[in-house]
Amino acid sequence: MSANTLPEGTRPLVRARNVHKSFDQLEVLKGIDMDVMPGEVVVILGPSGSGKSTFLRCINHLESIQQGFIEVDGEQIGYKIRKDRLEKLSANGIAKQRRKIGMVFQQFNLYPHMTVLQNIIEAPIGIHGQSRKDATDNAMQLLERVGLSAKAGAYPRQLSGGQQQRVAIARALAIKPKLMLFDEPTSALDPELVGEVLATMRDLAKQGLTMIVVTHEIGFAKEAADRVVFMDGGHVVEMGKPEDVIGNPQHPRTQAFLSRFL
Amino acid sequence: MSTATTTTNAPPSGGADFRDVVTAHAPFRTGRLVLWLVVLLVAADFIWICAHNDGFDWPVVGQYFFNPTVISGLYVSLGLTVVGMILGIVMGLVIAIARLSQDRLASGFASLFIWFFRGTPLLVQLIFWYNLSTLFPRIGLSIPFGPTLIDWDTNSVITPMTAAIVGLALNEAAYMAEIIRAGLLSVDRGQAETAEAFGMTRARALWRIIIPQAMRSIVPPTGNQLISMIKATSLVSVIAMADLLYSVQSIYNSTFQIVPMLLVAVIWYLLITSVLNIGQSYLEAYYSRSERRGATAAHPAPAAAIEEASH
Ligand SMILES: Nc1ncnc2c1ncn2[C@@H]1O[C@H](COP(=O)(O)OP(=O)(O)O)[C@@H](O)[C@H]1O
Ligand SMILES: [Mg+2]
Repeated sequence: MSANTLPEGTRPLVRARNVHKSFDQLEVLKGIDMDVMPGEVVVILGPSGSGKSTFLRCINHLESIQQGFIEVDGEQIGYKIRKDRLEKLSANGIAKQRRKIGMVFQQFNLYPHMTVLQNIIEAPIGIHGQSRKDATDNAMQLLERVGLSAKAGAYPRQLSGGQQQRVAIARALAIKPKLMLFDEPTSALDPELVGEVLATMRDLAKQGLTMIVVTHEIGFAKEAADRVVFMDGGHVVEMGKPEDVIGNPQHPRTQAFLSRFL
Repeated sequence: MSTATTTTNAPPSGGADFRDVVTAHAPFRTGRLVLWLVVLLVAADFIWICAHNDGFDWPVVGQYFFNPTVISGLYVSLGLTVVGMILGIVMGLVIAIARLSQDRLASGFASLFIWFFRGTPLLVQLIFWYNLSTLFPRIGLSIPFGPTLIDWDTNSVITPMTAAIVGLALNEAAYMAEIIRAGLLSVDRGQAETAEAFGMTRARALWRIIIPQAMRSIVPPTGNQLISMIKATSLVSVIAMADLLYSVQSIYNSTFQIVPMLLVAVIWYLLITSVLNIGQSYLEAYYSRSERRGATAAHPAPAAAIEEASH
């Protein structure tokens, strides 16, 4: 929301230019360009298989790209410049870059052998060097924020899907990320549990967190997005304000996709 | 429609159609009882025969059970088991990780290691290590095809003890590598990816996220390995290592009480493996604690959670 009121000349938090990605022969991303301003909430829509997840995974270099470049917070992801030449970063170098990016997965991916609290404090203590006390205090605040204070000692298996996903969001927030990536966070949930997760995400959007959200929840896109991107076949087909892209789509493929949600 | 509703809502006491399962009892099974009696009878008879068979010579068994030679042999067997197992697990972990790595050199070396040490009999490996000096009279460090940096006389390095440890550990490492590799592969791929997305290094992800989850499938076969290992230590008696079997052999070689002395060893082996079985079931319960539903979820107290998180 604050993205609209940013001063002129503010640098985008995420810059993607001409991103190409193939798996063997299959070209999945065919030249993606996208800027995300600090505080902006971008929702990516598109049919299954259009490359949305792959694009998200390229942003934190879970997948490497074959052409183009991606920059987050002024750093080119996966590479550094040495003696005027672009050099691949080591695994540990990439690990460092990822530490300011939070990610929430479709399948939650909580650590099943750890309690909710242990899940949340793992990265802050182990990677970000916080003290156990600070990490625990912060984790309890985050659990309060997602409405799960009572579940701190529970194991993931003892929670409903919606509760697990809210823990996963708290876990990602615990590293104080500059950017949050959500890959279909509600797609694995029973319909009656979708609302609680979307409500949590709307809160985060209001608080000015920069978010890129892949979802099929058109309602969420209308309400919370600053910008909606429609992807199809590895291309960005249409991009703009939600009222334009969703309310008045220009491209026939966007129209066809959205017509299924009416 | 309305009749159906009233029927299903009828109280259990409302007729012969509904009998609360609380009142159910198990039927009496005569066949099972007879089977139990027969089995117990046969077992009792067998014990009776064994106890009164002079060939077993139970008094001798009792007399030598805590004999100092036997006890020191027992310590050697236990020591070899512990050292061989620890080295085997550590090397097995390294080899399993090497086998799973993208690096061709590492995975190739790991495959070769496993192929060789699983593919040859342990007895042969032990004799081979013991006789290393006939192949390589001196062992040391040198630059390949170049000068030697440091070396030792093989016979001074390879004692029965070191030959036994090296033989048992390398053999165990090959088996443990396969067990650990299977365990690591059993963990959901999404876990490694999540750790990666959070910026964990590979080593930390393995240690904190993957290995603890792999333990559930690693512990049971490792328990088997440990029990095999205890028995495998009896092979070292061929290279004159004074383990439990070697000590009872050394006694019956002069007293000729072969069966009772072997019984001493058998009972000790059974005692140790029984203790290990109990330890294994505790370990298994520990590593499946997150599987259990109920209990912890019902406890809302964050204090309890903090306590849990701090160990
Ligand atoms: N690791 C992979 N190896 C091979 N093909 C993949 C891999 N990941 C994704 N793909 C393919 O890339 C295409 C885009 O996938 P994805 O990014 O998951 O789409 P979306 O998230 O939009 O549904 C699909 O055709 C999929 O089969
Ligand atoms: Mg996807």
